[in-house]
Amino acid sequence: MPNDPITPKADAPERSPSQQRLLDLRRKVTDRLATGFAVLMAVLVVAPLLAVFGYLVVRGIGSLNLAFFTHLPVPVGEKGGGVANAIVGSVMILGIASIIGVPWGIGAGIYLAEYGRGSFATLLRFTADVLNGVPSIVIGIVAYALVVLSQKHFSALSGGVALGIMMIPTITRATEEVLLLVPLTVREAAWGLGVARWRATLSVTLRTASAGVITAVMLAFARIAGETAPLLFTAFGNQFWNLNPNQPTAALPLQLFVYAISPFDEWHRLAWACALVLIVLIVGAVAAVRLVASRGMFQGAN
Amino acid sequence: MGVGVQVEQLNAWFGTTQALYDIAMQVPANHATAIIGPSGCGKSTFIRCLNRMHETVRDARLEGRVRIGSMEVYGNGTSAVEVRRRVGMVFQKPNPFPSMSIYDNVAAGLKLNGFHNRRVLDEVVERSLHMAALWDEVKDSLKKKSGASLSGGQQQRLCIARALAVQPEVMLMDEPASALDPISTSKIEELIFQLKEQYTIVIVTHNMQQAARVAEYTGFFLMGKLIEFDKTEKIFTNPSDKRTEDYITGRFG
Repeated sequence: MPNDPITPKADAPERSPSQQRLLDLRRKVTDRLATGFAVLMAVLVVAPLLAVFGYLVVRGIGSLNLAFFTHLPVPVGEKGGGVANAIVGSVMILGIASIIGVPWGIGAGIYLAEYGRGSFATLLRFTADVLNGVPSIVIGIVAYALVVLSQKHFSALSGGVALGIMMIPTITRATEEVLLLVPLTVREAAWGLGVARWRATLSVTLRTASAGVITAVMLAFARIAGETAPLLFTAFGNQFWNLNPNQPTAALPLQLFVYAISPFDEWHRLAWACALVLIVLIVGAVAAVRLVASRGMFQGAN
Repeated sequence: MGVGVQVEQLNAWFGTTQALYDIAMQVPANHATAIIGPSGCGKSTFIRCLNRMHETVRDARLEGRVRIGSMEVYGNGTSAVEVRRRVGMVFQKPNPFPSMSIYDNVAAGLKLNGFHNRRVLDEVVERSLHMAALWDEVKDSLKKKSGASLSGGQQQRLCIARALAVQPEVMLMDEPASALDPISTSKIEELIFQLKEQYTIVIVTHNMQQAARVAEYTGFFLMGKLIEFDKTEKIFTNPSDKRTEDYITGRFG
């Protein structure tokens, strides 16, 4: 290397002790600066999240009580009441979305990584990237047109379809990326054992990449869990209990929206509480999936 | 027991680049056969044609005839999966399945083909690990440790055990010791010595001493052509072809 300050050249003159001290000091300072910069950036990443969470706790925790999780919403002015139906509705809508989005997204990701060559794959990648950038309210309109209009009523199902569609591109592209990280030698090992291609893909390649795929799924899940716009004219919201996926259904983000845009202080406090519960549920779901996934690491080759 | 391998008029290409030219070879059963030659001469391509791994590379194709025992490897009714079940392969770089335990790595060939009898699997895993001289080192952590947690030499023996577990008739080894230290290498060589009593072994190697140590027959490849194929002793002491002599005496390659 030309001008390499670290390795002394073979014919370089000996450094005097003071020069050597100066050089040592410079290295130490540079090292500290670089480390400090990295730490600072890491803190800057975590800080907004902690700030948001902390603020939600401060504003929301006062309105949390048992009734909040077990009761239905009550009209303005009445004491008590909760968002139990919205929590259950959110779980139902997110469940439907995951049933649609996860297999679809992973399947398309497998196709792209393992078989995706040529113009169809290019088109698929392009479509996924565009779909990722489509505003969520537009996806909501699509679900409205596809499901709500044909059924002639709002439903959890249509909300699930909208959110499911939103999951697909994220999962597809991320699954493709992590599958491509699995070395070819691992695939070849499976093929060399006389394992059928589809079986090798599912039981070896996908399994090797499972941590990455799970991360992708959880990212997509966390992203759609807070979506409000696509639910406005699909799930629609509901002030009462509903466990029928084919009926209008309450959801936490919708309830939050209703409370937040209202002119009432009491409802504003409920909105903060909704936001806090929503965040905790998302973090809880992500953490639970990670825990379960990490336990299953060395199980059978099925 | 192993079966012989017969290769006739084998030509192979990557896209428009021809990698093998008119290879003909009779690999005898229950012996070790070494394939030597300089880098890029087609050694690996050749053995990958024997278990139809060549066709997994994009734009790769081949012509010719390969028979493993009585099976036509490129016959109309023969599937690649069937061929690979009967022809095991060990790769240059140890490639255990990182998401599986040691046990599952060895059992993978059977399990992934739908075989789930616990008792038989236990037996096969133990026998295969014994044959690969790895049993004593891993018997206490079979299901606890990942295959990827072993050392490089152990990983390669694990890969050999994995290949043995499906009881192939022919074992292909693509420079199995090139990434290993001398002690691991000598373990692998000892293993080959024992395995060739029951299996037909074809081993690609860069190391001519290794070829001389383990193989009864040796083929010398140069630029996609099989220059000479004969008893190892003959190849190394009295080769018929000038190019073989130049290579083994270190004049090139």
